[in-house]
Amino acid sequence: MNPRIHRHIQRPPTVTLWVDDQPIDAHPGESLAAALLAAGIRCLRHSPRHGEPRGAFCFMGACQECLLTVDGRRVLACQETVREGLRVSTGAARD
Amino acid sequence: MTEPDLLILGAGPAGICAALAAREAGLETVVVDANPAPGGQVYRAAPASFRIHDHNPDRRNGERLRTALAGSGAVVASGHTVWSVGRDLRVDAVGPDGPVHWRPRALVVAAGTSERVVPFPGWTLPGVMGLAAATILLKSQAMLPGRRTVVAGCGPLLAAVAHGILKAGGEVAAVVDLASRRDWAVRLPALAARPGDLARGLGWRLRTTLARVPWRYRHGVRRAMREGDALTVEIGPVDGDGAPLDGPTTTLRADALVVGHGLTPATEVLRLLGARHEYRREAGGWVPVLDADQRTSVAGLYAAGDGCGVMGAAAAQQAGWLAGFTAARDLGRLAPDRYRLWTAPHRHRLARMRRAGRAMAGLLALRPGQVAAIPADTVVCRCEEITRTEIEAALACGVRDVNTLKSWTRCGMGPCQGRMCGETVAALVATRAGSRERAGIWTARVPLRPVDLAALTGEYEYADIGIPEAAPL
Repeated sequence: MNPRIHRHIQRPPTVTLWVDDQPIDAHPGESLAAALLAAGIRCLRHSPRHGEPRGAFCFMGACQECLLTVDGRRVLACQETVREGLRVSTGAARD
Repeated sequence: MTEPDLLILGAGPAGICAALAAREAGLETVVVDANPAPGGQVYRAAPASFRIHDHNPDRRNGERLRTALAGSGAVVASGHTVWSVGRDLRVDAVGPDGPVHWRPRALVVAAGTSERVVPFPGWTLPGVMGLAAATILLKSQAMLPGRRTVVAGCGPLLAAVAHGILKAGGEVAAVVDLASRRDWAVRLPALAARPGDLARGLGWRLRTTLARVPWRYRHGVRRAMREGDALTVEIGPVDGDGAPLDGPTTTLRADALVVGHGLTPATEVLRLLGARHEYRREAGGWVPVLDADQRTSVAGLYAAGDGCGVMGAAAAQQAGWLAGFTAARDLGRLAPDRYRLWTAPHRHRLARMRRAGRAMAGLLALRPGQVAAIPADTVVCRCEEITRTEIEAALACGVRDVNTLKSWTRCGMGPCQGRMCGETVAALVATRAGSRERAGIWTARVPLRPVDLAALTGEYEYADIGIPEAAPL
């Protein structure tokens, strides 16, 4: 099931972005954290000390859990906006 | 305008209204906010690229405030992360076009709150999110947190989120509420001042009943476990202080758990500037000491909204108006008689809304029994992965305040800068120190948020680096 709510909402057509070299579709303007959640990508990195999986938690730029790399910049996925062709690397490779 | 009369930190309901007041008094005003559009968390805007045909009261209130702000003549710097505020009120931020700074004559801090989540085993798993996070997903992203969601914690957001999920066609496994039926009932009279909100809240509650969602009063999450993409969530009965009681536990299956245990005022800028604070549990934690006109103890520094004690968006707007007018008055730009006349209606409404706001805030206050029951191996500090056991070991060695604990264990030293664990850690230290006042609060430091060094420096050549002359021997 797509978690996007469609009632009363019209989104612009999807664009493709690349997450760990895999394509996902998302709508321009969406937050990257939400787009990843909708694509079923929940683990975004591993914790530094025990290597436990972590994902977006506060969605408002406070907890820093959704830190990942977009086009070479370290950004919070919840504060980043989806655009065509974004290249995203998560730290989830070990999961 | 790098030297405005007034700078306002935060474009939530309090910050927007402070700007409207300041503009009415003719002040050159700048509003700085981290989000892409004004509105704060409560009136968070959907992406501009979305077309939305659902106009609920929150969306209407948000649009009304955004329109008023846009027409006010205030300069609005959205998408800016403030990383430093100096004693001379110099504000440094990083925005989409790089570093910026302002030197205002007065500063209103309307920084809002952060959500408090009291740790339990499994709270760091992907799929476990804040309750406020769920409202952001639902309201601004039009997205469900999962296919089947457990909604847990306390306060009015429980009903708002459960209703939002059901309305969108999602499934709610259960609502797990620390409060009892009676805790809610005794607060209803105070909400009579906000009949619209009261009716809406009751409507949300009714909707969960009609959808046959189990509402488990006086229950808390014991632990969450991950099974592939699914979560199993164990819940059990708690007492009025949030401490687990013996009794049957229930295991729920879901793919998302959204959980929140109240809101804590974001006071770091006010503390950095040396404003006097006091601990008030029922207001959400440490709050600045304000006079009746929203002045802090520091000249030229004002505060408004939930960031100085949780009272809700309606009260925040009135406090914002008051702060804006008071700043204008102190800058000599609003005559005393006019100040009295213009502030009177806002003072009157603030007093009325305070009662309703405080009744709800009571449900959101930290429950010490819940903190005391955190199991030993549970991670408390998410960033540095410091467990309850490690904190207790430091306390056993004689640590009696949160800053010593931070130096000792690294607890609160990670990238969130103690925002997620601060309240829990302080409550744990307070059990040994004797009080929250003695346990203290993290020292506020610059940078206020993690910032990219490259964004601060921008592009430069070697020749651009100034080399100071050698000191005379």
